[in-house]
Amino acid sequence: MSDLPTFAPPVTPETKPFWDATAEGRLVLPRCTSCQTVIWYPRTFCPACHTEGVEWIEATGEGTVYSYTVTHKGDGPWRDASPYVMAYVELDEGPRVLTNIVECDPATVTVGQRVSVRWDPTEEGPAIPRFAPVG
Amino acid sequence: MTIRGKASIAGAYEHPLRVIPDRTVAQVHADVAVGALADAGLSMDDVDGYFCAGDAPGFGGFSMAEYLGLQLRHIDTTETGGSSYLCHVGHATAAIAAGKCSVALVTLAGLPRSDPASMMGGARAMFASAPEAGFEMNHGMAIHGGYALAARRHMYEFGTTSEQLAEIKVAASHHAQFNPDAFLPKAVSIEEVLESPLVSDPLHRLDCCVVTDGGGAVVVVSPEIARDLERRTVKVLGHGEAPKHTNNGRIDLTHTGAAWSGPRAFEEAGVTPGDIDYASIYDSFTITVLETIEDLGFCEKGKGGAFVADQGLRAPDGRLPFNTDGGGLCNNHPANRGGMTKVIEAVRQLRGEAHGEVQVPDCQLALAHGTGGSLANRMGSATLILGQEDA
Repeated sequence: MSDLPTFAPPVTPETKPFWDATAEGRLVLPRCTSCQTVIWYPRTFCPACHTEGVEWIEATGEGTVYSYTVTHKGDGPWRDASPYVMAYVELDEGPRVLTNIVECDPATVTVGQRVSVRWDPTEEGPAIPRFAPVG
Repeated sequence: MTIRGKASIAGAYEHPLRVIPDRTVAQVHADVAVGALADAGLSMDDVDGYFCAGDAPGFGGFSMAEYLGLQLRHIDTTETGGSSYLCHVGHATAAIAAGKCSVALVTLAGLPRSDPASMMGGARAMFASAPEAGFEMNHGMAIHGGYALAARRHMYEFGTTSEQLAEIKVAASHHAQFNPDAFLPKAVSIEEVLESPLVSDPLHRLDCCVVTDGGGAVVVVSPEIARDLERRTVKVLGHGEAPKHTNNGRIDLTHTGAAWSGPRAFEEAGVTPGDIDYASIYDSFTITVLETIEDLGFCEKGKGGAFVADQGLRAPDGRLPFNTDGGGLCNNHPANRGGMTKVIEAVRQLRGEAHGEVQVPDCQLALAHGTGGSLANRMGSATLILGQEDA
């Protein structure tokens, strides 16, 4: 686990399946039961075909860095965590998710780098997905 | 039907101060409203349409209409962050064309330096209740961090360099030195930008806009009223707006909503990017300018770096003189929103009232562009094409 600021997310009936899985160290994604599009951020309404109804699929937990930044001057609780790496990781299932790159020297992160998921637990149960370089 | 030429900007006013420790947000809205109406030669009693956005205190449009004592038949509180005020000018023109009002007042004010608490309450509640909140709140997205993500991806795909981004700040600072009200009135060099501390790599402190108290207002009027005013007015020729979002997690960080709002505005005005004499380009960060210039069609996508190099943005002789007041990068970014000042400097250029050192000779056609939200997720783009009175 990283030492980045980690807060319990709001869990709603709509997002409970996602957060319940994180507590078990599993990354699940909603997939539209009508058009099969993988949806991000997690919700039960499909923004691609505009229908309600999803099934939750197991993701590989791997992806590539789409973009990243080393933030040297974070806000609030992130000020003390600076410098840290914020990134968009493109999951192998398609979505680009906002996250952090951890367990590495920030200066070694590159666009296109392969990464896999890590979990930072919260006291309330859900864990926060972050990513670390593969290999 | 289009709104081409259906209304004119008759008054424009920018608050002269950048630090206002002794007035409330409502008072500054009133200050700029009075200033813009006086500039137009109109009074508060003439106003029958009012436009404001999320910076207005309390219940927004209702609170400010009451505070100012306005008797309205049209109100529009469209909130698209920093681009709101360009939307408002377009919406006011449409409302005037439809007969819903004839004198529209648009105001902006905020005190992020002197009273930061006045800025945060609404935003915090809004983000906490957002459906995406749980998936974005844990990753330390500072405002500059979001724009840095866009800059990094643009560099990766197109080879854009930090030196090219820095030239945007340098050009803005070159203009700001002629503006006695500018928050940062000193011309800076590319080296000074690159040597300023990194806030979010690859963006440096000097790649960022200023944080200032202040405000501004414009008055949009019907052609009949414009005809009777002594003041030279500026015609609204085209308007386009476009929200852009993460597109179901498939966001493309290398373009902004300007790729959609720009063509709509150009089509309505019946002109092309090559016809534009002066451009106010939203400049929260240097990367905001670079992507917007490409998206508006001033150059090919990915060629923005080469376009801004060689002093291309510098007035009066660059290929695209921009932000001759010093922009948000150096002059003013009141309420953390630079849209209003973009419109105001375009009006100055078309009236021939910019500073002599940066006035574009025979400026016939100007563009003003606003950006709201974050390039990294949800944003608004709004483009206006404005022309001289007889355009």
